[in-house]
Amino acid sequence: MTATVTTDPSRPEGSAGSPPAASTVLAALETVRDPELDEPITSLGFVTSCTVSAGGDTTVRLRLPTYFCAPNFAFLMVADAYDVISTLPGVRRAEVVLEDHFASDAINGGVAAQSGFVQSFDGEAVSELGGLRADFLRKAVMAGTDQVCRPLLAGGADPASLLTLTLGDVPPSRPLRRLRERRAELGLPAGDDAPLVIDPVTGVRVSEQAVPLHLRRARVTRISIEANGGICRGMLRHRYEASGLGEEEQQ
Amino acid sequence: MYEKDGEKYFVVDSHMHYWNAAPDNWVPGAEQYAKGWIECFHAYQGLGPPETHWTIEHFQKYSEDDLMKDVFEDGHVDVAVFQPTYLLEWYKEGFNTTQRNNTMGEKHPGKFIYNTRFDPRDGDVGLKQLRQDVERYGSKGVKLYTAEWNNGSRGYKLSDPAAYRFLEAAQELGIKNIHVHKGPTIWPLDKDAFDVADVDHAATDFQGLNFIVEHVGLPRIEDFCFMATQEPNVYAGLSVVIGGLMYARPKFFAKVMGELLFWVGEDKMTFGSDYGIWEPKWQVEGFVDWDYPSDEFSDYPRLGTAGKKKILGLNAARLYDIEVPAELQLPADAGEPAARDDAALVDD
Repeated sequence: MTATVTTDPSRPEGSAGSPPAASTVLAALETVRDPELDEPITSLGFVTSCTVSAGGDTTVRLRLPTYFCAPNFAFLMVADAYDVISTLPGVRRAEVVLEDHFASDAINGGVAAQSGFVQSFDGEAVSELGGLRADFLRKAVMAGTDQVCRPLLAGGADPASLLTLTLGDVPPSRPLRRLRERRAELGLPAGDDAPLVIDPVTGVRVSEQAVPLHLRRARVTRISIEANGGICRGMLRHRYEASGLGEEEQQ
Repeated sequence: MYEKDGEKYFVVDSHMHYWNAAPDNWVPGAEQYAKGWIECFHAYQGLGPPETHWTIEHFQKYSEDDLMKDVFEDGHVDVAVFQPTYLLEWYKEGFNTTQRNNTMGEKHPGKFIYNTRFDPRDGDVGLKQLRQDVERYGSKGVKLYTAEWNNGSRGYKLSDPAAYRFLEAAQELGIKNIHVHKGPTIWPLDKDAFDVADVDHAATDFQGLNFIVEHVGLPRIEDFCFMATQEPNVYAGLSVVIGGLMYARPKFFAKVMGELLFWVGEDKMTFGSDYGIWEPKWQVEGFVDWDYPSDEFSDYPRLGTAGKKKILGLNAARLYDIEVPAELQLPADAGEPAARDDAALVDD
């Protein structure tokens, strides 16, 4: 399989309502994440091609590390990619195709028909995937808490002292921005005056007594996600030789 | 037995297989699943050292001679525990059944332990089969694959009433060890199939059984670790951790080992090669040589020679009542494992 970005050369450029460049579509896909790994599907290497026709018909092809990757997360990625693309200016019709997966037909058909997870997996699911997504956002908040707090601890901060800090007290960094975004997505406090260390379910500041254990859970959650990312990348590379569009090495 | 630097290690491979996934065993109409399954396993092998990779043809069906050489002759293993996985919807004679394991293993007395399996969705017929299997193969353990497809169902939980019925029956039959392997599907599909909360429930309610969570709950190591601190009868099966990370991602391997030593402790971790996914030789040798790669890991519990001996064989020998030669046992003054005192803070 070859990774391609294709824009139909005959398409009109520049005018309002004209189709987006394939690179624009790809940039939009960077906002779609694997919910388990909390990483863009582009940097994970899951996007193999992205084509835009003169009329604005846009097709994106996705792949995953194994034939049996969990169908609920696969559905979320395909559905999120569809939602992102179909709202781009100039896109007349969006199509997202997950390839080489045991549930490709159910997922691709279900997303194309906008029928939701329960209907796409008739009789095999009882609710949509909002709860699952929230559970994994909370894991991302825990992992992000470790990413932000570990450098502070390494710099000599006492664990209990972290409780006095707000998000605004922490120097700006990419992990901090990411933590704020995940907290905001969950409806948790994410402003400058919000406490740094909170319970990811209630949003309440963690108690002094609970903070050592909380930070240890944050660390193991981060390590778990990162180790899984390593395994997924290794499996993907065994399955497909070619890199995906926007694929990056693990940081 | 493996010997290095004057230390002798009794090796129990507590998680290995003897499968037939060749096309002649694929169920007509389900070929894509049978093929997808074995290709997925083969990709895992790709995470091991290149010189240990097999062709897909060899991987689909290796011989008795291959297994005896790879596991015992070259692989340092003293006793191996067969863990069956049936997958009868995809493989005509099953992927890796207790019967297939036994037919091969009985030619090599003393080398193998035969775990069997059950599926709570099989009802009374399954209970009867379980009784027969335990009687015939002398099983002390079962391997449960909760994501197995069965007659339109995509999986089950250990906390289901039907599963409890089987766990009760297994206990009555003398089963001691429940090896749990989570997979990507379950009912309902909108839930996280890898969630280990059901193991937590079962471990609380069946104190007389040991629950060995294979692959340490990967990809939910964090949930597994937290659960294991609260349940004294929960163990960490290291299959996939050593095979999948030690060579391919050594830094993550060190972190995962550090977390497991902290949360679970060296007394409750068991080595399993997951053969034929990975050969035991490089795993055993690499694990004996392993240490944290840098000071970055200084706040994790250390793992010494005694701990490695426990993980490579002595812990599993205890779970399965395997006799360990006196010279391979730990001396009485081998000391306490590092992690338990630290992890005790989790009793909240």
